[in-house]
Amino acid sequence: MSEVKNDGFVGRSIPRKEDQRLLTGKGQFVADLKLPGMLHAAFVRSQVAHARIKSIDLSRALKAPGVVYAIAGPELAQMLPPVPDTQLSLPRKWTTRVQHKFQNPQQPLLSHDKVRHVGEAVAVILAETRYQAEDAAELVEVDLEPLPAVVDPIAGLTPESAVLHEQYGTNLIGDFVVEKGDVKKALAAAPRRIKRRFHHHRYAGIPMECRGVVGSHDPRTDTMTIWSACQVVHWLKREASTVLNMPEARIRCVALDVGGGFGTKGHVYPEDLVIPFLARAVGRPVKWIEDRFEHFISACHSRDQIHDVEAGFDDDGRLIAFSDNFYVDCGAWNPIGSGIAYNTAVHLPGPYKFDHFFVRSRIVSTNKVANAPYRGAGRPEATFAMERIMDMIAAELGLDPAEVRLRNMIPAAEMPYHLGIPYRDGEMIVYDSGDYPESLRLALEAIGGLDAFRKKQRAARAKGRYLGLGLGCYTEGTGVGPFESATVRIDPTGKIYVAGGSCPQGQGMETIFSQIVADVWKVEPKDVVMSLADTSGVAMGFGTIASRSTVTLSGAIHQASEPLRQKVFSIAANMLECSAGDLELRNGAVGVVGVPGNEVTLSTIAKAARPGWDSARPQGMAAGLEETAYYEPPTVTWAYAAHAALVEVDPDLGRVSIDKYVIVHDCGTVINPMLVDGQIHGGAVQGLGGALLEEMSYDADGQILVGSFMDYLVPGASDMPHLDLVHMHHPSPLNPFGVKGVGEGSAIAPPVAIANAVCDALSHLKLEFNETPIKPEKVVRAIWNARR
Amino acid sequence: MKPAAFDYQAPTTVEEVVALLGRHGGEARLLAGGQTLVPMMNFRLATPAIVVDLNRIPELAYIKNDNDVVRIGAMTRQRAVEFSDIVARDLPVLQAAIRMVGHLPTRSRGTIGGSIANADAAAEIPMVLQALGGEVSVRGPSGERRIAAADLIEDAMITSLAEDEVLTEVRFPKMAPGARFAVEEFSRRHGDFAIAAVTVVLEMDKGVCASARIAAAGVSACSRRIAAAEDVLRGRAVDPDSIAAAAAAAADAIEPLDDRNASADYRRHLTRILTGRALQRAAA
Repeated sequence: MSEVKNDGFVGRSIPRKEDQRLLTGKGQFVADLKLPGMLHAAFVRSQVAHARIKSIDLSRALKAPGVVYAIAGPELAQMLPPVPDTQLSLPRKWTTRVQHKFQNPQQPLLSHDKVRHVGEAVAVILAETRYQAEDAAELVEVDLEPLPAVVDPIAGLTPESAVLHEQYGTNLIGDFVVEKGDVKKALAAAPRRIKRRFHHHRYAGIPMECRGVVGSHDPRTDTMTIWSACQVVHWLKREASTVLNMPEARIRCVALDVGGGFGTKGHVYPEDLVIPFLARAVGRPVKWIEDRFEHFISACHSRDQIHDVEAGFDDDGRLIAFSDNFYVDCGAWNPIGSGIAYNTAVHLPGPYKFDHFFVRSRIVSTNKVANAPYRGAGRPEATFAMERIMDMIAAELGLDPAEVRLRNMIPAAEMPYHLGIPYRDGEMIVYDSGDYPESLRLALEAIGGLDAFRKKQRAARAKGRYLGLGLGCYTEGTGVGPFESATVRIDPTGKIYVAGGSCPQGQGMETIFSQIVADVWKVEPKDVVMSLADTSGVAMGFGTIASRSTVTLSGAIHQASEPLRQKVFSIAANMLECSAGDLELRNGAVGVVGVPGNEVTLSTIAKAARPGWDSARPQGMAAGLEETAYYEPPTVTWAYAAHAALVEVDPDLGRVSIDKYVIVHDCGTVINPMLVDGQIHGGAVQGLGGALLEEMSYDADGQILVGSFMDYLVPGASDMPHLDLVHMHHPSPLNPFGVKGVGEGSAIAPPVAIANAVCDALSHLKLEFNETPIKPEKVVRAIWNARR
Repeated sequence: MKPAAFDYQAPTTVEEVVALLGRHGGEARLLAGGQTLVPMMNFRLATPAIVVDLNRIPELAYIKNDNDVVRIGAMTRQRAVEFSDIVARDLPVLQAAIRMVGHLPTRSRGTIGGSIANADAAAEIPMVLQALGGEVSVRGPSGERRIAAADLIEDAMITSLAEDEVLTEVRFPKMAPGARFAVEEFSRRHGDFAIAAVTVVLEMDKGVCASARIAAAGVSACSRRIAAAEDVLRGRAVDPDSIAAAAAAAADAIEPLDDRNASADYRRHLTRILTGRALQRAAA
């Protein structure tokens, strides 16, 4: 018998189950999929930002070699409704607690009346090869009547601005307020005030694998299979059901191996629906693989918020009131509705304790690619505003930024802490666990101590070298509802089968859920059969967004396993002629507590549970060993972190080099430390990329200035510092395993940690960097201006 | 991002290349390492009717020591130059510069001749050729001719090669023994196209600069030697004053680009800083 450790598999860095196939080239991505008779799609995309469509002439394209079918927006609009359900529903509790007004412009599957951003699809060609489809796409004549482009969200709210969605008469498509206390009065009475504008620029998730969809319709059974490189196969199934006018039961959606998502693939795109629709229409499978150029101009971007903040504080640096009017440059559509903006609003307070808070968010449509969540999803923007303010308070009072934070942080003794505003699930926010001041103290310790750094900084400055320390602290609601599903079944071989609604893109979920299941059922991870990202495994599911899967699927696994274990024990008790209360799970079997040997294996029990003549289950018990549970988390659980960046600024070149980067975080119980480290590394690199390099820029006509990785700079391994990680473990009291989400966290703080570090390095010039990205030329210009 | 349809020929001799160019002229594009041409074709920014692949011509890949010149065949991979003993000994400045050319995988495919004929504004290899005052051999229907580095690059991605000519060899004059040199480059990430790059080669005689060769890339539409900065140094000690004066002269002399990557002001500023740093390092 192999030795199974009683202390379990949770908490161990076991190698990833997925790596066997991925590292030996046996993974399968949607681009690898080849079906007999498969056609290839190419989209014709708008080259202008804003225009009325006069006509689209496909006649030349239809005659091109290899072309089988082509359709333009106006014709498709006659056949198909727009994407029906792109926005997440607003919870009833939320709508009653938050003063709000939202418009929901529905994106058509192909543009038919207007184009609203460069890259919006107006027609699609199907051909025998992708080459032929692209050749034909060049022959499509699109006659457009140009309209003025809206590229600035604040200008977009003026009466003279062009309007994207004319039915509303305004570009304001979302507007809400969150408040507590009396900010106006408190600001007026505050001994000191700071007022600033912050801009967190537009960048994006940039998964290594772009989007991709294959649709195949089987006329014999009238069933549709959709393979999409997406994070939400169940959501896709729901929308496909509407668009294709088919019962969900006839639709199967699968995400194969997926090369990263980061939120960019976290909702249903028009292409996900157009492709299967056309596959059914032409009677052949259709494949569309997004290329990188298309990705830049049509897959969602993110961030891009302008914050007008006013903060009131006392002479000791204690925050009294915080007011923020912020604008989301939302692009042409708003796939996730209130998601990003509301995240921003409620994550502004972060780990700090203050009584008066007001935030108004305005979501503004502009002629750019739609803005949707990307790792952090509104939180990096919030953290940027609050954490810059903390440094400004310190500068104004001559205090160290670390000291100001420690004075304002919620003490551990006050946990759980009631924040006094509702989360986006409608529940009032309660920071459930943790020690925020300790996270900052540990971060300062990990950089070698605050005093030691300040000493080194002074000595370096005397020699004309500019070192800076930047802090970034945040809290993060993770594991949001509404639900996640799991089906747990004991296979006749005794293996544990689990199907879940989570939908991975490389996180290692097959591994971590196998670890969890192994501990729940006292088997080994290799005895767990995971089925994820396939709607045929479980009928209802939610998907992998919002740092939620570890929290919500583990909850569902637990919830399904509890009654199933009771059933297993009842059968075993029947067989062993003992009481179920005396039984325990051990080594893939059930035995009597304290009595070694005399075990009944799970395989035997599963066979006993089968329906029919051979059944050995107790009288009256339903056959089968399978349970499906829908875990509805009570509310989110709160992760948090403190980041500390040590940088050196070259004042001549403007280059910012990162000497050291420390991350102290708490995600509660860690399932697999190696994978948690991987999540933190990846997120931090994306955050640092956003801080220094990555930028989706547009010109004044709404023309996107990014078309390839020559223009969009993602950090490479050699551009990144070593990351020092410190783990804290305050288990969440809200779920069975004490876990908190960790997928997004580390992307949240780097932009402001770097901004604060650069400001600190150049503090003798009293420079402020309140916009990202912090590019070398900007640094040099700021120094020039300061010295003028 | 699929190229438009094109014909493809892979000749095995330079004569065949010249004949194909004679037949197709401007409709043809030569494929060397393909690190620029292939992406441009995928973006359909280049849509040649025919691609003439030079990779099957063994006679074009070599590094030869020839008296006071190092001759490098046009199809020699940048990676081969990076590890050549001849280059390390006689052209250390080229070795230093080549490490800044793209990334390991691109240098493994990219060629010396391809980089020069492509004449990208930010390319390091043409900059070094200009600094050293080298020349190239080209073959056309009427035989071989040589073009001096100074006469080779006319504008961004435009050379003085005729449509029916192929670049066959690059000739770098060997650096004088004891020559001092430095290459300074600024790009957003390691391996990116230079926003500014400066090459400096100094020959000193009894504490005085006997010869200064300074060239810059990335800052203007094409790389250029900067005579104004060289003149400042010749006959002077290379000290903080002369370095500052030469750096200022270099910054004044360039015609900076102004684009999304960097403004004209900033490029001028970088030219001054990098020229100063390169001179400082070379003189140290």
